[in-house]
Parts: sequence; structure tokens; C-alpha cells
Amino acid sequence: MNWQWFHRLGSPRWFYEKTTVWLPWLMLSAWGLLLIGGIWGLGFAPEDVKQRNSFRILYIHAPVAYISMSCYYIMAISGAVGLIWKMKLPFMVMKACAPIGLGLTIVVLATGSIWGKPTWGTWWEWDARLTSYLILSFLYLGAIALQQAFQNRDTADKASAILALVGTVNIPIIYKSVDWWYTLHQPATLKIVGKSTIDPSMLYPLFVMIIGFYLFFTLVLILHTRTEILRRESRTQWVKELVLANNSGKGEGASS
Amino acid sequence: MKFQFDSLADFMHMDGHGVFVWTAYGLVYGILIYLTVSPLIQKKNFLKQQKKWQQIQKDSSNL
Repeated sequence: MNWQWFHRLGSPRWFYEKTTVWLPWLMLSAWGLLLIGGIWGLGFAPEDVKQRNSFRILYIHAPVAYISMSCYYIMAISGAVGLIWKMKLPFMVMKACAPIGLGLTIVVLATGSIWGKPTWGTWWEWDARLTSYLILSFLYLGAIALQQAFQNRDTADKASAILALVGTVNIPIIYKSVDWWYTLHQPATLKIVGKSTIDPSMLYPLFVMIIGFYLFFTLVLILHTRTEILRRESRTQWVKELVLANNSGKGEGASS
Repeated sequence: MKFQFDSLADFMHMDGHGVFVWTAYGLVYGILIYLTVSPLIQKKNFLKQQKKWQQIQKDSSNL
């Protein structure tokens, strides 16, 4: 079997050059869908009978919750790949995941809390879903702290990778918490197996938002990884050339 | 598909839920913008800093 593609995938330079072409398209499609879906959910989706207009928060709360958990898996998997094959790029992806994940978990906790007030009558409850999710945001915080705690980059990468791997236990707990401990948080609206409990007129904007948020996540993960690549590869010839090329163009779109 | 509100004021108010809905949306889009823009700013600063470095190295090698 030809493993060339796998090794190429581990090359920061290859990744940087490839993504330069993808970025404008990703930027356009992700932000386009997020704006369309946002307007659709805010103004055009019908009101919920029970939750009234506060249900519109679903369109930003649920998709961000999905990607915040996918982000954790990507962090853990790239950490594992970095540990096993000792490749450079996966560790950079892993490091880029942590601040993004932290931002996303803060969004989910905040929007959930804002949604909880008119719906449940409380900002916060030590419900199983809420508590296990709070732990997820602490895991991201831990990953960031570990990266900064070590002078040596290799040690920092290995320590964060191990933390990320151990923390994956939490993801299925978050996912199943609404079924195992039926306390306050409502069960999943969309089901992979079985019928979803949502009307199509409310479902379509949700789909637009989910696709938009996944594209958005791909976009920001690439952007953060690229910055990390430049930092770590600053002594290599190709980055020096990139800096030089960027100067001669006086920043006029010489590179994006 | 039709717009669900009678007026702009109605859209802002959302039967009393407007405060919650708009705060949540504002916060989310704020953080999304931050996540998109911050790596671009960091990259710009990196390039500026590296340019300075290259200049210093060039100058010192000319001495």
C-alpha cells in the first residue's frame, strides 16, 4: 500500500499551502450559511407552542454543542496520532483545538443558561447534562494550561495529548446523560436512529445551522492551525520565504 | 415561509423573550467573529515581527 499520502498529510508546509486555496471558499460558505440560518431561525421559523420564542436559541445552542464535542474528539485523535507516529502537524492541530473548544463550550453554557431562565425558571442547575458539559469546558481549560505549563514543547504536547485522551471518557457521558439521568435537560431533538421530534419547518433552518457550524469549525480550526504552523516553523526556509513574499507585496493580498 | 412578526418592534420584543434570544445570538456571533478574526490578527503580527527579525539579521550581516 502506498503511504505517501499519509506522510504528506503530516507535513505542515503541505497543509499550509493546500489550505491557502480552500480558505476563501470555506469562509464564504461557512459565514453565508450561518447568516442565512441565523435569520431563518430568528425571524422565519414558527414559534414553539410551549417554549414560545425562546426556543429560537435552539438554532445556536444545539449546533455549537455538537461541534464542541466533535472538536474534543479531533483534539484527542490528533493527540493520539501525534504520540503514536511522532508527527508534527497533528500536535499543532491538537493545540489549535483547545482555545476553539473553550470558546465553543462557553457559548453553549451561556446560551443554555440564557435559554434556561425563561424555560426552566433558573439560570443554572446541577443537572447531569449541565454538569458533565461543564467538565468538558474544564478539560479544554486544562489542555490550554498544560500547553503553557511546560517550557519544552515536546513535553507540553505529550502531556496535553494524554489529558485529551483520558478526557474522551466524558463525551459519551455528556451524550447519554439526558437518557441515563432524566432530570432537567430535554432529551435529544434529533435522533440518528428513530424519528426526530421536530417539525420540518423548524428542522430545515436547524440543518442549515448545523452544516454552517461544521463548516465554520473547519474554517477556524484551519486558521488557528496555520498560525501555529507559522510559529513553530518560523526557522524553516519556506516560512522565511513566505515572510519575504508577504513584505514585497506590502500586504496587498500577497498571501491570505 | 413567512416572517413571523408583525413589526420590527414585535421582532425585537418577541413576547418578552426578546431579551434572552437577542443576548444569546449577540454573544454567539460575537464569539464566532472573535474565533475567525483572532488567528488572522495573530498571523499579521507574526509576519510583521518576522519581517523585523529578517531586517535586523540583514543589517547585522552587512556590518
